[in-house]
Amino acid sequence: MSKISGAVEIDTQRCKGCLLCVEACPKNVLEPAKNKVNARGYGYVLAVREEECIGCASCGIVCPDGCITVYRLKE
Amino acid sequence: MNREEIIERGEIVYRKPTLMNDQHMHYCPGCSHGVVHKLVVEVIEEMGLAEKSIGVCPVGCAVFLYNYLDIDVQEAAHGRAPAVATAIKRLWPDRLVFTYQGDGDLACIGTAETIHALNRGESITVIFINNAIYGMTGGQMAPTTLEGMKTSTCPYGRTPELHGFPLHITEIAATLQGTAYVTRQSVHTVAAIRKAKKAIRHAFENSMQGKGSNLVEIVSTCSSGWKMSPVKANQWMEEHMFAYYPLGDLKDVDQSVFHADK
Repeated sequence: MSKISGAVEIDTQRCKGCLLCVEACPKNVLEPAKNKVNARGYGYVLAVREEECIGCASCGIVCPDGCITVYRLKE
Repeated sequence: MNREEIIERGEIVYRKPTLMNDQHMHYCPGCSHGVVHKLVVEVIEEMGLAEKSIGVCPVGCAVFLYNYLDIDVQEAAHGRAPAVATAIKRLWPDRLVFTYQGDGDLACIGTAETIHALNRGESITVIFINNAIYGMTGGQMAPTTLEGMKTSTCPYGRTPELHGFPLHITEIAATLQGTAYVTRQSVHTVAAIRKAKKAIRHAFENSMQGKGSNLVEIVSTCSSGWKMSPVKANQWMEEHMFAYYPLGDLKDVDQSVFHADK
């Protein structure tokens, strides 16, 4: 069986910290950044456990602000 | 395998639609508007109609739609978007014309325009964002507010004796002869978002083929107006809104070809 690995890139300046992506992620990859805000004063989300990512793109699809780019690599 | 390697060698499976620009959206965190904006431009991009689409935006939270989407957009007076869309579509029959309206715009001040444009069977698509509240002006009661729901103008909850019953505009549209496709969708989960995208695509195809008018209602959240976190607002919507506004296709003249639920 081929191994699938994924990666997410989050535009933290665009993110508003609504946490819908955290809820949608099946692998608990994402977490809100602790005690940090972006230039517009919003808390944002970071990919903390990125080795778990499978590139399913659930986070990107539910993101209302289009902050997330998802990559997938099959080997 | 580290992250940089995956980004370098892997394929992009999801990104912000290219027709959505880099301007920061003014919507509150977690607002359903952003998701629906993305779906609209994704469908337009897939259909190859970027140069041939004209949106008509309402008065309401989505009034600045033209700032975020790289397509032609016309601003209409409050509630009059379907009338403006009618004119545009009649002058330019080869264009994709859609309106994007909230419940205050479509179901309150613009009820007459909406019902008559749909009844005339104009080949337009009406995208109706129903969050049961007036989000832009600070959470007042809308015609679609649920029974018992508290808003700033009915702080003890909506009572039918005093405020009347919630208005089911999509059910009304389904009974009109001019409509080709009437559906109610939501964008709270990945599966629901995929279904809503299919529904928007079907509606846009119908309007390009001149089959009649199309109404796509999206049951949405307003986390600021409801005074909840975005995640909690999605749960509240599932528990309370879907009982009043059940999801699914209400009418489709092309029943043999398409089912949003399949």
